[in-house]
Amino acid sequence: MSPVSDATEEVTKLRSSLEDYRANSLWRLMLRRILRQRSAIVGLVILGALVLVAIFAPLLAPYDPEEVLIGVEPVTKRQAPCIHLLGCPADQPQHLMGIDGNVRDQFSRIIYGTRVSLFIGLTTISFAIIIGTTLGAIAGYAGGWADNIIMRLMDVLMAFPSLLLAIAIVNVLGRGLQNALLAIAIVNVPTYARVMRASVLSIKQNEFVEASRALGGGPVWILFRRILPNSLSPLIVQGTLGIAGAVLEAAALSFLGLGAQPPTPEWGAMLGSERNQVFSAPHLVFYPGLAIMITVLAFNLLGDGLRDALDPRLSGVVRH
Amino acid sequence: MVQYIVRRILMALPVLFGILLVTFVLARLIPGDPCKAILGEKATQDVCDRFIHEHGLDQPIHVQFGLYMRDVLRGDLGDSIRFHRPVTRILIERLPLTLELGIVAITLATLVGIPLGIISAVYHNSPVDVLTMIGANIGVSMPVFWLGLMLAYVFALLLKGTPFWLPPSGRLSAGVVAVPFYEVYGMAVEQGAPQFYVYEFIANLYILNSIITANWKVLGDAVHHLILPAVALSTIPMSIIARMTRSSLLEVLRLDYVRAARAKGLPKSAVVLKHALRNALLPVFTVIGLQMGAIFAGAVLTETIFGLAGVGRMLYEAITARDYPVVQGFTLAIAVGYVAINLLVDVSYVFLDPRIKLK
Repeated sequence: MSPVSDATEEVTKLRSSLEDYRANSLWRLMLRRILRQRSAIVGLVILGALVLVAIFAPLLAPYDPEEVLIGVEPVTKRQAPCIHLLGCPADQPQHLMGIDGNVRDQFSRIIYGTRVSLFIGLTTISFAIIIGTTLGAIAGYAGGWADNIIMRLMDVLMAFPSLLLAIAIVNVLGRGLQNALLAIAIVNVPTYARVMRASVLSIKQNEFVEASRALGGGPVWILFRRILPNSLSPLIVQGTLGIAGAVLEAAALSFLGLGAQPPTPEWGAMLGSERNQVFSAPHLVFYPGLAIMITVLAFNLLGDGLRDALDPRLSGVVRH
Repeated sequence: MVQYIVRRILMALPVLFGILLVTFVLARLIPGDPCKAILGEKATQDVCDRFIHEHGLDQPIHVQFGLYMRDVLRGDLGDSIRFHRPVTRILIERLPLTLELGIVAITLATLVGIPLGIISAVYHNSPVDVLTMIGANIGVSMPVFWLGLMLAYVFALLLKGTPFWLPPSGRLSAGVVAVPFYEVYGMAVEQGAPQFYVYEFIANLYILNSIITANWKVLGDAVHHLILPAVALSTIPMSIIARMTRSSLLEVLRLDYVRAARAKGLPKSAVVLKHALRNALLPVFTVIGLQMGAIFAGAVLTETIFGLAGVGRMLYEAITARDYPVVQGFTLAIAVGYVAINLLVDVSYVFLDPRIKLK
């Protein structure tokens, strides 16, 4: 091969890699950085599995989660798990996680519980993000008295331990899953207001924002088109970690009897209703708790990984 | 320095005012007739009218808030519906247990969490570090109530008959009585006098009381009963403290002055423990303060599981029984305590971080 063709080849290679680089949008770069984080990958894998379980719950669950099996099968209340592979006689019906206090198949309830928990995490935090970022954006962009009023209100909400405030709110609104969701959302609003306000304050000083303003961009347009896209990463990180906290808080509220009401297959409520049977039927406490832990762990790992990938400096303390 | 402390205290006042406002608003938002909520469904119109007038509920809302503030500042949190007793008195009775549990838990979390964080940071990316961080991640993801129940199952049932057996509920074993120190030493106090409540409060801190009275049998029994709830309650703070210590120390270890200390030939242990750790612990300290508030919330769950008659358990029972004044009063008290702890942490920064004095 001649040196000339060598050089040409070299140039083509360089050019194609340059094009590769251009084709890499912001999102693809971000994705690549995320996938370099071990914890993010583990979190994503677990989360992916949970989402699949939630979607295909009717296919995976051997029984209806609310079906009482009295008279349907020869099973008794709070019967221990029966797994054929582990030596349970084949003539007995298989119940991977045993039977609960109302003679229902616990495995099916755990499977369906995935839907409830993911729904809780996503809705509460979405609500908190929408309200929180709006408040934070107004506070940061308008400044002055609006900033003062909004942020002092957030300080007050932050002054309560979060679970306690949620309890107090549900105490007023009345028990039930919907009110518990609302309470958890309210409790989480200050976090996002603070994050959003901080990014607005730092971004609005930039020249490109000033340029947009000089070109005649209105405040709402600037907020949505210029500032919000640039403050997404801390919001995503905080939101992911927030979902973990929300799932835990919802489980705690349901455990106390304030959240999901029977017969909803919610893990915290399942655990709470059987907690006095922990010595006689530990499987009814162990599995729902394990499910909660795995779900929370997935969001925590993903959130940590995202934080390291998207913003190495953001190691701020979030209350738990 | 004094200026900083005064300013910090003044800054806490609006938050305290806000907390009062929030608890007031929450109390007013309870659906239905407040009279029927408190006196019961069978209360007649006549009784209700008198009740509403007595409690100023017929006054304009801002006057009502004023009355509420006046009552709270006097230490009057209203009466419990269930017990027909002042909420404040119930709080004083229940607080020692929760305080004891909380202090033991946060001490445990700090004493274990900080060393774990240091080891993880010093041996960054080693198997020890990876294992600790996996453990810490699992620790923050565990529901307290689940951990508590599983601990009770393992230590009270599976390990029954072994020396590792631990009691799953209560504060003392049957037959063990914690005699109040004022009785042991024959101190004469009149029942009902303010002094009596202070004595009673101290006597209800079983660990402190048994140390004062040198009753080692009761001390051992009380500690034995406290282990499981304290471990359950301390897991989440412990994980958070370990993670915070690690990341904070890693950041400090990268700084120039640490390199300078190493370069001048100091042993690694001295550099880490003497030079780096002092700076690294500042943010950890803040986290510990924040976790103290979380421990109060966690106590609602832990005390419920371990059958401990503390503030948390009372709060849970009050929620179940719809005893609104107790829920409101306890929430207020805990929030105020939370603000006070964070204030203390901020103020103590003056002594921990000399840079603050300069500002």
